[in-house]
Order: sequence, then structure tokens, then C-alpha cells
Amino acid sequence: MSQLIAHARTSVGRKALMAFTGLGLVLFVIIHLIGNLTLLMSAEAFNGYTYLLKRIGHGMFLRFAEAGLAAFFIGHAYTGVQVWRKRTSARADRYFREGDAGGASQKSLASRTMILTGPVLLVFVILHVLHFRLGPGEAQGYVTTVHGVEMRDLYRLVIEQFNKPFIVLLYTVVQLFLGFHLFHGIWSGLQSLGWTSKPWLPILIRASRGLAVVLAVGFVYVPVHILLFIRPPAPPPVAEAVVEPGPPTAPAAETAAPAAEAPPAEPAPTPAPTPAPTPSPPPAPTPPVRPGVLL
Amino acid sequence: MNVNLLIWRQDGPDQPGRMAPYTVADVSPDMSILEMLDILNEQLTARGERPVEFDSDCREGICGACGLVINGVAHGPRSACTTCELRMRSFRDGETIAIEPWRANGFPIIRDLVVDRSAFDRIITAGGYISVNTGEAPDANSVPIGKVAAELAMDSAACIGCGACVAACPNASASLFTAAKIAQFARLPQGQLERHRRALRMVEQMDAEGFGDCSNHGECEAVCPKAISIETIAIMRREYLRATVKSA
Ligand code: FES
Repeated sequence: MSQLIAHARTSVGRKALMAFTGLGLVLFVIIHLIGNLTLLMSAEAFNGYTYLLKRIGHGMFLRFAEAGLAAFFIGHAYTGVQVWRKRTSARADRYFREGDAGGASQKSLASRTMILTGPVLLVFVILHVLHFRLGPGEAQGYVTTVHGVEMRDLYRLVIEQFNKPFIVLLYTVVQLFLGFHLFHGIWSGLQSLGWTSKPWLPILIRASRGLAVVLAVGFVYVPVHILLFIRPPAPPPVAEAVVEPGPPTAPAAETAAPAAEAPPAEPAPTPAPTPAPTPSPPPAPTPPVRPGVLL
Repeated sequence: MNVNLLIWRQDGPDQPGRMAPYTVADVSPDMSILEMLDILNEQLTARGERPVEFDSDCREGICGACGLVINGVAHGPRSACTTCELRMRSFRDGETIAIEPWRANGFPIIRDLVVDRSAFDRIITAGGYISVNTGEAPDANSVPIGKVAAELAMDSAACIGCGACVAACPNASASLFTAAKIAQFARLPQGQLERHRRALRMVEQMDAEGFGDCSNHGECEAVCPKAISIETIAIMRREYLRATVKSA
């Protein structure tokens, strides 16, 4: 075991870890984009998708996936910083004149700025999680019903947010950083794991860069399309929000949000047309089936 | 043709250095850049100044002794070309050419343009060998090697150990050199005995010499006088990861 750790700390092992976590995150990004595309179809499609994510394995899938993603992010950032630090220590005296060899070189602005685009993406991911994953939920009136189960209306939240030009601009800029990072990152990850060989190498490089461009364009397109063409649905009337057997005294589905999940953090941009959320929930019985509330 | 030069001058290992300007007149375009420096040195000697020190030996691109960073590119502007093979016709008349040594902490500067590349020797010592029986020369063809394996091994074995890969790498990584040696043996039947040990030890030594990590910029392949592909680095990683699994 100690030997394994020692191997992971060599230059080759470190890059292999960085590549493994990085490619795992690429896989996540691909799935994320496919999920985002359901936003363009209908509220039912998107909320059905979030319902599916929450129901797989009785909610265990989502937990594991989130924990895994966090671990991958941390591992990727940690190894990235180490590679960068090693670089600065391996050449103390810089060249008087720095040139590009061109030709077979794959060096690019993207490959040289990984250590800058990476932290931008990390900060974005944290903000993004606060924005949506831990953003306003059922307690704030974002309630819908999917397959007879009452759950968070993430669709309305997303559409509302992407109707704000500033938010769309911010997301667009960050997605360009993502495309930049992946322009070098995807093929570099394959190379770091030794998953390349000569006749395939140029093809893999081009295909990886193409995928990076497709991902960036996709992630930019969805919010821009929403801003231009999709208006947020009206929030459900307070009384009708709850379709469940319960005493009629329960006003607005304000039942206990699951404390095991994240606390319903108040995000900075509160949606305008919410039906005045009541912060103190009256002690009403919880609805029978609720596999997690926040997504 | 006339050229202006900016050359790194440094008196000794831990001395400060600087880019010093020189001018050389009446240079033949057919001269190599080292011959041009020879002329400069004759002029400097005649003036009673210390000549510019640089390494060279074969001057025909096969030994790996020469190596200068010319206008920011290791071995200069031509691809698959050593410094000694670079002709002055690659430059413009009146151009200012910046000439620097390989820069990497693993290659400490000895004087001017001469660096200490013994780190490469230590990487080789760590695993760049095969076991053979001593005594009489072995029979030819006693170990059959397939044509494809021989050719692929030669792709890596073409490495002359000049160190341009380190000089060109933004991270000062010695991955292409180390990988070339590992891949060369991994592809030959004679190299199988120490295969795993070799990969582990050579990578360890490469790290111990203070070279940086490989970020797959591919600048090394572009400057390599033997045009060794970064595919070789992928082979090194496969060899290393396989050895890790085997030794676990
Ligand atoms: S002097 Fe031998 S390769 Fe240049």
C-alpha cells in the first residue's frame, strides 16, 4: 500500500491520477450537458430527468455520485497544483527569449493556462452548486409533481435564473473557460494514462478538441436559448401547490425540508414572483413519498 | 551575410549571467551556426577576450553533444535538426539571434552555453541496460526479433540524449528522453527481464534529478532532432502503470 502511494507521487503517477480524475469529470460534464438539453424540451422532461436521478437506487446513486464528484474535483485540483509547483521549481531561471517550436508541438494558449482556467472553473462549480443545487427549493415554493410524487420544481428555478441576462453572461464566459480547459485537457488525459498510440494519436487529439468545442458550445447554447425563447412558468397558486392527503390547514407545502441534505441556503438572487415564502413552517404532517427534496 | 548575436555569458556555475551583444560580419550562409560561433571565438581570442564556450563533437547530428536554444527554440528553427546541422541560411541577413544554454535545474550551467547533462547518465544508470552473459560474443540471431519490433524499438533508440526535450519543455520535464530509453527496451525481447524494474527506477531517478512533470505540451517532439514522437511518453506511462500493478 505504501508502495502504491509512493508510485502515485511520482511524476507519472501524479499525472495518471490527474488524468483519471479529469476524464471522470469530463464524463460528468457530458452527462450534465445531455441533462441540460432536456431543459429545451419541456418542464416535464427536465423535472422527469431530475426525478430519475433522485430515484435511481432509492437516492443512493445521487449521494454516491455527488461524493465521487467532490472527491474527483479535489483530487484533480490537488494534483494540478502540484504539477504547477513542480514546474516552477524545475526551471528557476527563465529564458531570455521564449519561442514556439511549432510543427509537431501541441503547445497552445489552452495548454499553458490550465492552472489559470482550472481555478476559475473550481470557483464557478462552488457558486453553481450554491446557485442551483443548494438554491431555493420546495420551501420557497418551487414545487411540482412528477409521476404523482411531489418534488422540487428545478425547471422553474433554472428558467427563471437564465432569464437574467447577467447570469447568462456569467455562465457563458465560464463555459468558454471550460472549453479552453478541455481543449488541452481531454487528449492530455488520455495521453497521461498511456491510452494513445501512434496512428491514433493525431486522431485522438483532434477528436478530443472537437469534443471540447461541442461541450462548450452546448453549455453556452442552453442558457442563451432560454434567455431568448423560454419564459418562466407561473409559480403554482399557493393553495394548489400541495396535492396530497393532509389536513387542509397546511398552507404552502411548507413542511420540514430534509435536514440531512443541505440547509435551504438563501441564495443571493431570490426569484421575484415567489408567493412570499414563510420561513417558519407550521407542524404539518410530511407527505408520504419524498425521495429527497433539493436537487 | 552579417548577423547580430545576443549570447548568454556566465563565468561559472553559480555566477550571475547576462545576454551579451556581438556582431559577426561576412558569414557564409552555408556555414553551420557552430562554425559561425567558431569565427566569433577567433575574433574574441584575437581581441584578448574569453571565447564563448559551447559543446559540440561530431558536428554531423549523431552524437548529441551540441545544443543551444536559438531564438527561444531548442536547436533553432528547423525541425528534426541538431544545432550543429543548422545552417546560417536559416537566418536573415542582419538578424539579431539570441543564443542561450539549455535551462533547467536538472542541467546546471557550467559556463556560458555549456550545461552539465550528467543527470541523463544517472537516469540511464538507474535502468537503461539489459542483462547479457559475459564471455564470448553471443551468436547472431540467437534471439529472434520481429521486423516490426526492431523498427519500433529503433524509433526510440534514435535518441541521441542531447537534452533538447528538457530545454524545450515548459515544465523542464525529461519525459521524452526517459521514455525513449524505456520504450526502446520494452519493445525488444532482450529488454523483458528488467522491464518493470526499469520503468520504476528510471522514472524515480528522473524525478530525483529535479525535472518537472510532463503536461503533454508536445514541445519536446517538435524540437527533437530525431523527431521522436510523444507516443513514446504514452508507452513509458503504460510501462510504469503496468509495473505498479505488477508490484502491488
Ligand atoms: S555535435 Fe554531435 S550532434 Fe551536434
